[in-house]
Amino acid sequence: MANTKRKITRSKVNNVIVHIILAVLSLIWVAPILWVIMTSFRPEKGAYPTSFFPKTWTLANYEKLFTDTAVFNFPRWFGNTFVVAVFSCILSTIFLVCIAFCMSRLRFKMRKPFLNVALILGMFPGFMSIMAVYYIMKGLNLLDGPLKLVALVLLYSGGSGILNFYVAKGFFDTIPKTIDEAAYVDGASKWHVLTRITIPLSKPIIIYTILTSFIAPWIDFILSKVIIGTESKYYTVAIGMWNMLERENVYQWYTTFFAAAVIVSIPVAIIFLLMQRYYTDGMAGAVKG
Amino acid sequence: MATLGRKKQKEYTELTVREALAKGDLFTKLSTVVMGLGNLVRGQIVKGIMFLALEIYFIIFMITTGVESIKGFITLGTRTAEEYFDEASQMYLMRAGDNSMLCLLYGITAMILVLLFFLVWRTNVKSAYNAELITKANGHLPTFKEDVNSLFNGNIHKLLLFLPITCVLAFTIMPLLFMMSMAFTNYDRNHQVPANLFDWVGFKNFTELFSSTNGLATAFWHVLGWTLVWAFFATFLNYILGMILGIVINREKTKCKGMWRFFFVLSIAVPQFVSLLVMRTLLQPNGGVNVLLRTLGIIAEGQSLPFWTNVTWARVSIIVVNIWIGVPYTLLQVTGILKNIPNDLYEAARLDGAGPVRIFFSITLPYMLFVTAPYLITQFIGNINNFNVIYLLTAGAPASLAYFNGTAGKTDLLVTWLYKLTVDFSDFNYGAVIGIMSFVLSALFALLTYHRTSAYKNEEGFQ
Repeated sequence: MANTKRKITRSKVNNVIVHIILAVLSLIWVAPILWVIMTSFRPEKGAYPTSFFPKTWTLANYEKLFTDTAVFNFPRWFGNTFVVAVFSCILSTIFLVCIAFCMSRLRFKMRKPFLNVALILGMFPGFMSIMAVYYIMKGLNLLDGPLKLVALVLLYSGGSGILNFYVAKGFFDTIPKTIDEAAYVDGASKWHVLTRITIPLSKPIIIYTILTSFIAPWIDFILSKVIIGTESKYYTVAIGMWNMLERENVYQWYTTFFAAAVIVSIPVAIIFLLMQRYYTDGMAGAVKG
Repeated sequence: MATLGRKKQKEYTELTVREALAKGDLFTKLSTVVMGLGNLVRGQIVKGIMFLALEIYFIIFMITTGVESIKGFITLGTRTAEEYFDEASQMYLMRAGDNSMLCLLYGITAMILVLLFFLVWRTNVKSAYNAELITKANGHLPTFKEDVNSLFNGNIHKLLLFLPITCVLAFTIMPLLFMMSMAFTNYDRNHQVPANLFDWVGFKNFTELFSSTNGLATAFWHVLGWTLVWAFFATFLNYILGMILGIVINREKTKCKGMWRFFFVLSIAVPQFVSLLVMRTLLQPNGGVNVLLRTLGIIAEGQSLPFWTNVTWARVSIIVVNIWIGVPYTLLQVTGILKNIPNDLYEAARLDGAGPVRIFFSITLPYMLFVTAPYLITQFIGNINNFNVIYLLTAGAPASLAYFNGTAGKTDLLVTWLYKLTVDFSDFNYGAVIGIMSFVLSALFALLTYHRTSAYKNEEGFQ
């Protein structure tokens, strides 16, 4: 009896310890985020606060972000990024659905070679060709003023991301072939099968694709930096915010950077939460038996 | 197995160019020279005209620019920019020379166009032979309208893949070929266009990278070593810690599972570049963490921990920050799979008196490794090429003069070094060589595993 009693208390103690460890760990994971939010409300300037918690709270940083647009035009950057995100997410969703449909539902001569080439191309570091992409875009005259944003849309939708069709292909693979075959027997063309059967059955993965490709321009930093260059009118939020932390700006703009970080995080967080749901659904397969 | 056998049958009729040339009649053979002739003669007017127009356009292109471009690719330009005395204005003026880089770019574009034209030419010969066969058999030749309609049915892959493939050609393959060819030139900071020319040097850059004495070889081997060490720790620490966290949260006795998961996953919602920049500032000598430690009295006033300035500290900090970033992703990935582990396995182990540690290493880990091997490999390759974490956290610092005149730092990966070499230092040739090495590395790991995974072999297992 005493033995079992000791066992029960021991497991209770263990349980408490586990919860304490979890609490400490979640503090470590949440603290930097709290710090971002607190800093965005901090009144004193500069990157090196003297205390961990702000002494007073202010909304001035947010106000500055939207009104002091002479040097750092955050509203404009936000607009740029939004426009790029909308167009590149439309284009890349179309591309991905097209490729995934062909690779998954159709059988044609060059299919296996395509799959292998895509696999190999995906292994090259994306940064290797970034300068070459720059010169090609220059050759296409897509680096003049607002056309830079068009170049970005083309690269986000048609660039190396296009090779990530494997997730969507895997989803299409789970749609039973018999459904297609039944449609063909009824005289449907392949176009009909794509538009009336495959696409409606693939909503989760299509929405997942839309969301991931919408997020890309908000978080990409390096491609947009090379393509946009120094013309601050056409910055996306990521490059603009990076510039806020450059040595000459950091004192004036440090707390504003955090205000911007909070504002950019909101849409990304919402999309991420939505994405989670569709990702799980997407992985679960198309037709539940 | 029966279905597999059926699928292996050809679902497309195939004509070969060789067959067409051997067995075709005069018109089919003539279409090798005058494209579209075979189709025109047999009444497929629009198709024939399209082939012919493409041929004429191609010939005009080759005469006006194509041949010049390919010549330029071979020589990479012959005239340097020079100053000359202009009689009319009585002044010294600059005369622009050849731009080696543009020669290279145009040369590659021209060669790709030649290749594409060759493909069109093959299609043309096949199409002519096809038309011949159908006419001889008194069959029905598809009209242009029927050809267009087939793009929505039998040939739908041509319609759907046209734009994506064009994009891949223009934005992935062409830039890659362009950069790879630079690995065989001397396009470095001393041969900058447009003032200077650069030229082909063969494999010189490769031998230099492996065995030069100016610090390039040292830098390469050290950076390669750190890249592998980093990729190993970044992948496996994140994986194992994420999994343990997942197990702990999913334990029967853990209360508020949803809340804990939410706390950890919260950090994913912040864009990665923001959290990385935040971490960078937090760990500065006067950043948030040092301030906090001073406030708590753990380190003395005015002192700071050298998170980014000491080599070992910097390397460890990067890995730790990466754990902070990566563990929530692993948590998301493994939660579902963990639930799939059959419960009787655990019960049997518990009956045999195995403790939690033993259960983890004998049941959970082997099971997870079995299921998530492909995921681990992609993670590993992703970490070899993990540009963002390094560039945004340290940008390769602390720098080391021993590394090829300070182009690389102690925490640089191959990819960040490559980026710095091309964007900051204009050593395009070495950058390209490193890119190729980085690819070889990723490809090795990928080949080792992709072909062994069941996902690759049983692609049609579910259909």
